[in-house]
Amino acid sequence: MILPFKIAKRDDVPKNKAALILILSIVLALVLSGVVLLFFGLNPIKVFGTIVTGSLGSAMRIQQTLIKAIPLTIASLGILVAFKMKFWNIGGEGQIMMGAFAASWVALNNGDLPSPILLPLMAVAAIVGGGVWALIPALFKARMGTNETIFTLMMNYIAIKFVTYLQYGPWKDPAAKGFPKIPAFSGNAVLPNVFGLHAGWIIMIILVAAVFLFMNYTKKGYEITVVGESLDTARYAGMNVSAIILVAMSISGGLLGLVGMVQASAIEHTLTWGLSSGYGFTAIITTWLARLNAITTLFVCLAFAMLLQGADYIQLALNVPSSVAGIVEGIILFFVLGSDFFLRYRVQWIGLARARAEADGLPLRGGAAE
Amino acid sequence: MKKIWIVAVAVILVIALAACGGNKGSAPSAPAPGPGGSPGNSAPAGGGGGPSTTQPLVVGFIYIGTINDGGYTQSQHQATMALQKALGDKVKCIWLENIDDTNSQAAQDAAKQLIDQGATVVIGTSFGFGDGLFQMAQSGNYNNIKFLHFSGSNINDTNFGNYFGAMEEPRYLSGIIAGMQTKSNKIGYVAAYPNTEVQIGINALALGAQSVNPNATVSVVYINSWYDPAQEKAAAEALLSQGCDVIAQHSDTPGPMLAAAAAGKLGIGYDLDNSQLDGLQDSYLTAPIWHQETYLIPAVTAMINGTWKPESYYGNMADGMVALAPLTKNVTPEAKAKVEQVEAQIKAGNFPIFKGPIYDNQGNEVVKDGQTLDRAAIWTTNYLVKGVTAAQ
Repeated sequence: MILPFKIAKRDDVPKNKAALILILSIVLALVLSGVVLLFFGLNPIKVFGTIVTGSLGSAMRIQQTLIKAIPLTIASLGILVAFKMKFWNIGGEGQIMMGAFAASWVALNNGDLPSPILLPLMAVAAIVGGGVWALIPALFKARMGTNETIFTLMMNYIAIKFVTYLQYGPWKDPAAKGFPKIPAFSGNAVLPNVFGLHAGWIIMIILVAAVFLFMNYTKKGYEITVVGESLDTARYAGMNVSAIILVAMSISGGLLGLVGMVQASAIEHTLTWGLSSGYGFTAIITTWLARLNAITTLFVCLAFAMLLQGADYIQLALNVPSSVAGIVEGIILFFVLGSDFFLRYRVQWIGLARARAEADGLPLRGGAAE
Repeated sequence: MKKIWIVAVAVILVIALAACGGNKGSAPSAPAPGPGGSPGNSAPAGGGGGPSTTQPLVVGFIYIGTINDGGYTQSQHQATMALQKALGDKVKCIWLENIDDTNSQAAQDAAKQLIDQGATVVIGTSFGFGDGLFQMAQSGNYNNIKFLHFSGSNINDTNFGNYFGAMEEPRYLSGIIAGMQTKSNKIGYVAAYPNTEVQIGINALALGAQSVNPNATVSVVYINSWYDPAQEKAAAEALLSQGCDVIAQHSDTPGPMLAAAAAGKLGIGYDLDNSQLDGLQDSYLTAPIWHQETYLIPAVTAMINGTWKPESYYGNMADGMVALAPLTKNVTPEAKAKVEQVEAQIKAGNFPIFKGPIYDNQGNEVVKDGQTLDRAAIWTTNYLVKGVTAAQ
């Protein structure tokens, strides 16, 4: 097919142009979702305003927004490290579950330890749990060149089924009258509140800074980037690509495992097979939107959490059916992700005549054959 | 050229933001929309036109499914509507649908949304909501909120109670019908989870069936979910293909009933009387059903009057909390007569469902001859009775 335009990869986008494309996409998203809302008999401006007040309008709403932002940000950081290497880690859910499993194993067996000892132990266990789970597909990729997308995706289901098995089998709480649940942690294993919000936010901020510094100012971070940009370059420069893949995936899985620990400790107070709540998947979107930058990730995740909380809020406050709230969420995402395409590629209008000529491989009159 | 674009977009954005900002004051961020407003997922408070003088008690429900799921959540919602109707403008019921019950965060998020909308009573209607809500009640941050949980066992002294009912009674009766009307002696049972609540129901149905047909067996398929229309139906189809000719269920939607009807076999539903559902006219027998309003109306009335205390309520057929839906034309007269006879005895309180000797499907005697199980003993069930086989 001959199209009257040409798509070419961009080398670099000037900052103001990038901002313009992003703003335009948001405006377009708002306009289109406004039309959808009008179609359902809702006042779009009212709905958008209520999304903002619903996510930031009171202390409780801000708290709810942040409770969603914390696991999302930490998970995104984990995904970031893998994606920077162009290792498509779709296994966040499983790594979260295995981190939660390891942390719970520590918590359930050492409930008497004081918090300052128990919580770090749980965190270490979670990092190991998630890290090992991510290391398995990494090993296969490094040694045998397996497809990591499918591999990590499938590992999710194994992890979730494993926790389900624990919940229905060996770890089932005998005191729960036959109900399939794992006993609650002792109070020592629960993350304390700091300024009205569970201490996960402190972990989140530390990790954002740590991952930013790691990726931008350390040798390993640089190596990960190089492997992602070009395997040949990495090899030519004498880097041990296999080792870099293994290290990066351990870090990626470890961060996701930590999400499991935070959720199990601060939110669930136990382990349950629904614990990951889809954060491992949502983080893929936020990481991509943040263009693999740790600082940007924090802000994208905060914005995304606002959208999630606001969408929840309008359902009750404005009688917006949950499906319509989902449509609005979807449209905004579609446009913002779509803008990414225009940031990476240049679409140039060349007219049909020239397109045909180029397709036929004829030299053009006037010779603009760059 | 580029500059013009940037300026244009900036202007549009500023206008858009100003519009949003200007609207903020009138945006309904405050709860309690007036009678003329569109109350969200909420029932119209009362039928009268004038605003009431006292603020209604806002009662928030958390549902696992949608209010028209054709089963569990729909039956819960009928009770909510009955509560609204009974108490009129003294209460305002609001609700959230499709809340995940496999993690505490979803339940707590939902509860906080409801509280944000003015709810001072939060009612979780799925087992999985129990722990998340109990955590909130125990945290000390929600002492002014009363929590009720359907189907769990959590309770405290101040603001958390639970309610449920002796579903084993109508289950047993439905088992009588299944036992008398099966020709293959194989009854299929689509079940959610292998836990105590579900096992009690399976055992009650099996004992009812075996009371009239000693050769009746029950084949169970667990789907590990309360609410999964596709899987519920697929499980029923698997059971039908194994020769089961009556399908019973402990899951949320009418999927298994539709599968039975499609195969020309009989079905015993759950939660809601679906005898009028399209396509079920020639296959539907009856269903053990809930009437949660039996508890909700007096409980919420007590809350309004300030006399409510947390309790662990357990309704039965005598008080109407559980019932057997009206028997359809597909129930034989003999089965109907037998059901009516036993139902009268159950309601009179002299027909214990679990009466020894009862053997589990491993051959162990679990209830001795002459012994009967009370509520506490029933809720320690962790076995399936003789004649029941289960597949995960």
